[in-house]
Amino acid sequence: MKARVTVTLKTSVLDPQGKAIEGSLKSLGFDGVESVRQGKVFDLEIDGTDKAKAEADIKAMCEKLLANTVIETYRVEIAG
Amino acid sequence: MKSAVILFPGSNRERDAARALKQASGQAASIVWHGETELPKGTDVVLLPGGFSYGDYLRCGAIAARSPVMDAVRAHAAKGGLVIGICNGFQILVESGLLPGVLLRNAHLKFICRMQHLKVERNDTAFTRLYRQDQVIEVAVAHGDGNFLADADTLKRIEGEGRVAFRYCDADGIVGKDSPNGSVNSIAGIYSDKFNVLGMMPHPENLIDPLVGGTDGAALFESIAAGLGRAA
Repeated sequence: MKARVTVTLKTSVLDPQGKAIEGSLKSLGFDGVESVRQGKVFDLEIDGTDKAKAEADIKAMCEKLLANTVIETYRVEIAG
Repeated sequence: MKSAVILFPGSNRERDAARALKQASGQAASIVWHGETELPKGTDVVLLPGGFSYGDYLRCGAIAARSPVMDAVRAHAAKGGLVIGICNGFQILVESGLLPGVLLRNAHLKFICRMQHLKVERNDTAFTRLYRQDQVIEVAVAHGDGNFLADADTLKRIEGEGRVAFRYCDADGIVGKDSPNGSVNSIAGIYSDKFNVLGMMPHPENLIDPLVGGTDGAALFESIAAGLGRAA
């Protein structure tokens, strides 16, 4: 089973890297960019076929390691 | 005084740290590998050194904070044992939950490597008893991710309980003018609620010898040794 975890900074946390990327995009002439927030993507391959169990396991992984919930939020998607 | 310096893959300041501990206490520090599950018997103080543990993968300090030895460090801290984390060691302490808050990328995205003044916020702790109250010291900073942040309630608690150890300041001790990394309230280091765990971004271990241009960091290690006794 394939799963994707997306970790992003909470909106209340300043993202200086996103800001720098935004500035670079603008300098390339992409004037329509209102803002950029940078995040991380983790692609996991999980043993078994129990989607509910996989989702619970991955949420535990996010809480314990993949995200720092002080500043980040996460989203788990499991491919059909 | 028995001290243990924890070595993670990618640590690079462990020898400076061990040297500072030895100079202050007269006793050599044990270097302890991150895969150990116990600290050497009778360890009084644990030091998490600077560096780039696990190449700063995922988040600075995140993977080191989950290594086997950290359960032993947590148990040591829970018993009231002294723990100090410097630079990457501070990042490991916040990732492991031993200290609150996080250390974000420096506000202006630059790696900072320079001398920096700090104000000693209190001199009644195991780490600062040989400094003067509000003393201005000059030590080195060298980090890319030292921008301390905590949510509003946590910050209020840290400030209310007097848990700020050091603040960035200028040569006259004025706070707020010369914060190198964007840290909230110019925080350079904080204590745990029982004041036995200290995390700080600057490097006192590099300023213990007049040969390298200053000795303002020595009193931190001498404070620890003074409280624990030179021989143990």
